[in-house]
Amino acid sequence: MKKIIITMATTALLSSPVALAQQSPAVQADIDAFQSYFIYNFANSGINSFSKGPYAMSDDKMMQFEAIMEMPPFEDLLEKGEELWHKPFANGKIFSSCFKEFDTEIRAAYPRWNHNKGKVDTLEQALIDCLVTNGEKKWGTGKGKHAWVAAYLTNIGVGTVINVIVPADDPAALAAYNDGKRFYYAKRGQLNMSCANCHIDNAGKRARGNTLSTGLGQTTHFPVWRGKWAKSKGDGFGTIQRRYGGCNKQVRAKPFKRHKSQYDNLEFFHTAMSNGMEISGTEYRE
Amino acid sequence: MGKIKLKPKARKGVIKVKAIVKHPMETGFRKDKKGELIPANHIDNVTVTHNGTKVVDADIGAAVSKDPYFQFQVPGAKGDEVTLAYTDNNGGSGSATAKSK
Amino acid sequence: MKRRLFLKSAMASSAVVTAVGAGLLTPNMVFAASDAFKATSDAASSAAAGAAEGTFKFKAPKIAENGAVVPVSVDASKMSDVSNISFLVQSNATPLAASFNFSGALGFVSTRIKMGKTSPVTAVVTAGGSVSAITSEIKVTVGGCGG
Repeated sequence: MKKIIITMATTALLSSPVALAQQSPAVQADIDAFQSYFIYNFANSGINSFSKGPYAMSDDKMMQFEAIMEMPPFEDLLEKGEELWHKPFANGKIFSSCFKEFDTEIRAAYPRWNHNKGKVDTLEQALIDCLVTNGEKKWGTGKGKHAWVAAYLTNIGVGTVINVIVPADDPAALAAYNDGKRFYYAKRGQLNMSCANCHIDNAGKRARGNTLSTGLGQTTHFPVWRGKWAKSKGDGFGTIQRRYGGCNKQVRAKPFKRHKSQYDNLEFFHTAMSNGMEISGTEYRE
Repeated sequence: MGKIKLKPKARKGVIKVKAIVKHPMETGFRKDKKGELIPANHIDNVTVTHNGTKVVDADIGAAVSKDPYFQFQVPGAKGDEVTLAYTDNNGGSGSATAKSK
Repeated sequence: MKRRLFLKSAMASSAVVTAVGAGLLTPNMVFAASDAFKATSDAASSAAAGAAEGTFKFKAPKIAENGAVVPVSVDASKMSDVSNISFLVQSNATPLAASFNFSGALGFVSTRIKMGKTSPVTAVVTAGGSVSAITSEIKVTVGGCGG
């Protein structure tokens, strides 16, 4: 019972864009291959069990995850995110005025292809755009307020289904998707490793003390609260593009700036790979 | 220091008392950027009372995590009043009261 | 199944005594724990040393995800007259992490502790005057992706 998300962000007056965009067959083939690889190779109780990442692979880790989630350290921050979401700007408008979806549907509606702008729209960028459109100062991205509001939206969207569409009739969309796909599989950094090396080839194995999560299911629970980001000064929250930067740094590659084409296209590909999975909400990670 | 988040929930005759106390829990062993020891600053005692009676009295050391979490179980019912109070080694203190849900 | 390491009675009490004698418990360490707390810790270590193997449930991870936040819990709620539950982290300067005294609450406690390195951790339960203990080793590692 998939919800079909209408991806048009623009008017329908122009040259007949389809109201209900069809998934590009090449993309669907990729999704099927990606998902069957994991479903076949990892013990699971349905596709949604992949959202727990490394915790699904070890009772010991799951126990610690559940212990922390008994009273998550980030509840206060989610409340702050909720307040900010509802707080009127100087001009009286609020964030939801920038989105045509119901609040609970916003998270699963992104990332998506913006036909008119010829680029991928991400939720986090949409939040910044909303501030700018309403005459507010831009927020720093990836952490702090930006992450709290994005996390609030992820939390109220629990159970909504990821359904990224790469429109079949739009070559630019497929190009962006392929750009993201190339990024995922390209080796980079001094350690010369790709996302795939860890999260496909070695998913379930360890990199020193950490268990590598599967590529499938990684986008169901961002922004995420990471213990590592909470040490010293941080409050722990980070968006997915903050994590991309961190992962790149870990293989000693220079991270890209958030919300430029590289990470936007990566997010587009990466999220599409988890099509059919439910948003599992903001969670604790190591 | 600390705000206390206290959530007592009653079920089948037992109240699960979950709480997080915001507190840095400095051990006194850590050094700051200048290389000087950050003085110990941690909770040293926690008490829990149920409808006015003290049911838990704990000596807490610096090895308990920052913003410590505790869960206790007290025989009781919905509507019962639970209070959690703490003191720290610098004379600080705090408390919170909640009715079991 | 958790590996259970028996606390050798010789080790616990004498380790503390030796440390004091050798001047290893220096004034610096008094920063971290008051004399009263240290006394409680020593008493807990001694009690653990002579304790019988516990039959309660002691939940602790084998490999801690994050040494700053290690969840540990003891469920001795089925035992009667539980008066105290204590946690000892052997490799810490003052082994006692916390000592919970019960006067009406059930013998159950869950909390999160800090560990600087791999160490045996002992949960000690005093019920009806007798002491029992379970020791579990918790490994603390450096993370490859998160560390």
